[in-house]
Amino acid sequence: MTEPAGDIELRLHWRRGNFTLDVALSLPAQGVSVMFGPSGSGKSSLLRAIAGLEPAARGVLRIGGETWQDARLCLPPHRRRVGVVFQHAALLPHLSVHDNLRYGWRRAGAPAEAMREWIDKLALGPLLARAPATLSGGERQRVALGRALVCRPRWLLLDEPLSALDAERRAEILPYLEAVKREARIPLLYVTHAVEEAARLADQLVLLEAGRVRAAGPALEVLNRADLPLALREDAASVIEASVLGHDGHGLLRLDTPAGMLHAHGPAHPVGTCVRLRVPARDVSIALSAHTDTSVLNIVPAVLQSLSPLPGGQFQLQLLAGGACLLARVSHQSVLRLQLREGLAVWAQIKSVALLV
Amino acid sequence: MTTLLAAILVTLKLAGLTTLILLLLGMPLAWWLARTGSRWRMPVGALVALPMVLPPTVLGFYLLLGMGPDGPLGQLTTALGLGTLAFTFPGLLLASVLYSLPFVVHPLQSGFAAIDAVVLDAAATLRASPFDRFVSVVLPLSKPALLTATLFGFAHTVGEFGVVLMVGGNIDGQTRVLSVLLYDQVEAMAYADAHRLAAGLLAFSFGMLLVMQWLGRRTALAHD
Repeated sequence: MTEPAGDIELRLHWRRGNFTLDVALSLPAQGVSVMFGPSGSGKSSLLRAIAGLEPAARGVLRIGGETWQDARLCLPPHRRRVGVVFQHAALLPHLSVHDNLRYGWRRAGAPAEAMREWIDKLALGPLLARAPATLSGGERQRVALGRALVCRPRWLLLDEPLSALDAERRAEILPYLEAVKREARIPLLYVTHAVEEAARLADQLVLLEAGRVRAAGPALEVLNRADLPLALREDAASVIEASVLGHDGHGLLRLDTPAGMLHAHGPAHPVGTCVRLRVPARDVSIALSAHTDTSVLNIVPAVLQSLSPLPGGQFQLQLLAGGACLLARVSHQSVLRLQLREGLAVWAQIKSVALLV
Repeated sequence: MTTLLAAILVTLKLAGLTTLILLLLGMPLAWWLARTGSRWRMPVGALVALPMVLPPTVLGFYLLLGMGPDGPLGQLTTALGLGTLAFTFPGLLLASVLYSLPFVVHPLQSGFAAIDAVVLDAAATLRASPFDRFVSVVLPLSKPALLTATLFGFAHTVGEFGVVLMVGGNIDGQTRVLSVLLYDQVEAMAYADAHRLAAGLLAFSFGMLLVMQWLGRRTALAHD
C-alpha cells in the first residue's frame, strides 16, 4: 500500500535485551503528533530511532517523499533533516548560546532569515552572549528549540521537553511551544507522559504500550475513548474544543462547545479564540432531571453511551453531550439508584472545566 | 659539558616524539576504551595499564629479547633491511611509547568518558558527521585532559630509567638520556655534577606537576 504524498510513513522494529519495539504508523506531515505512554513504553527509544540515533532499529521511515530509512538505506543522524529537542536540552557546553544556534544552522546551510525568525519568535536575543551553564532550565529548552528550528528541519522531535522543569518554568515555555506549533510549518512529534501536555498540544495522539501502538488517531478521539488505559487513570478527563463567546468581567468565560454553552474560569481571551477544555471525569456527576437549585454552572443534556466498572467499586460512564464526548465517574450505588443504562437521557453536571490553551 | 648537552637533547627528542606518538595513538585507543561496550574492553584496559605496575626492567627485558636478532620484532626489522632495534634510538622510542602509554591513555580516557553522550547525539542531529563531532565537540571538551596527558606523557618519559638501560644502553648522543647520565656520574663519583643534574630534574618534575595543578584548578573554576 502506498502512502499519500506528504505523509509520514513509519515502520520500525528493534529488539534490545527482552524489550521489543514494533511500531507501524502513518502520521500526517503537519500539526503535532503526541506520543504518549508510561515510562518504559519505548516512546523515547522510538524518537531516537527516528532521529537515526539507534542504528540497530530496522524498518522504513519516509517523510513527504523523502526516504530516511528502508531495507537498503539507513541515513546516519547527521544526514537526516531532523530537529531534536532533548529532555535536558543537551546544549553544547563549550559554546555560547549564539554559537549553539549557529552550530547546526551553518552545517545545514540554512538561510539567515531562519536565524532571525527564531531568535525573534523565541525571544533569544538577550541570551545570545550567555554560556549554557548560566541559563535557567526554561531558557535552556528555549535555546534548544531555537537551535533545532534554525536548521529548518523537515520534522521536529521533542523528547519530554518539559519533564525536567518545575510547574512555573513549564508555564513559561508552553506559550513558546504553542508558537512553534502555529508557525513552524513542519510536523512535530512530541513525546510525553504528561496527559495535560498531550491534551493541550496534540492534534494526533499515539498511545504506546510496551513497545507497541495501542491506539492512534485524532487527539480528541483517542483522549475521550473510555476503553483505553488513559480513561482508567485517577485523573482521567475528557477534552473538548471550544471557542470563546465572551466574558463577564469577573474571570468567567462563556464558551461555545459541541456540548452546548459552558462556563470556565480563565484569562479574558478575545471573542472567537479557539481553546481546549479539560473536564475531569470525577468532576462530572449525573442527574435524571435538570436542577436549577444548584451551584453547578455547567449542566448539559447528554446520552449515556457506555458504563464500565472500575476497580474500587466505581463506574466510568461515557456520555455523548451534543457532539462532544464526556467521561464521568460515579459510584456503584448511584448506578443502581438511578438505574443507569446505555441509551438513557441524563443531565451531566460539570463542577469544573479547566482551560488548556 | 657536551656530554650533558647531548643527554639533554636526546632526552628532549625522546620525550617529545614519544608524547606526540602517544597522543596520536592514545586518542583513538582512549576513545574506544571510554565508549565501547565490547567484552575486550577490560583485558585491553588491563594491558594498557600494565606498565604502571610492571617493573620497568621486566618490560625492558622482553623488549630486548623481542628486538634481538632471534626475536619476532628483530626478524621483522632485519627482513625489512633495518637491522635490529636494540641499542638504537628508534628502539628506545618504541620502548618509551609502550612504557608511557597508560600515562597518556588514562587522562584521555577519563576526559572522554566525562562527555555526556547526549551532547554528541545533539551534535549529530545538528548535521555534524562523526569526525566533525570529534573535532568540534570532543576535542574542545577534553582540553584539560589533553593537556594533562601531554604533560604526564612527557614528564614520565623524561623520568624513565630501567627500560632505557635495558633497551637503549648508554650511547653518548644517541641513547644516553639524563637519568642514565646521572647514574653514570654517581658511578664515577662525580657528585658535584650529579647534584646539579639531580636538582635540575627535581625542579623540572616539580614544575610540571605545579603547572598541572594550576591547570586543574583553572578548569575547575571555569566549570563553576
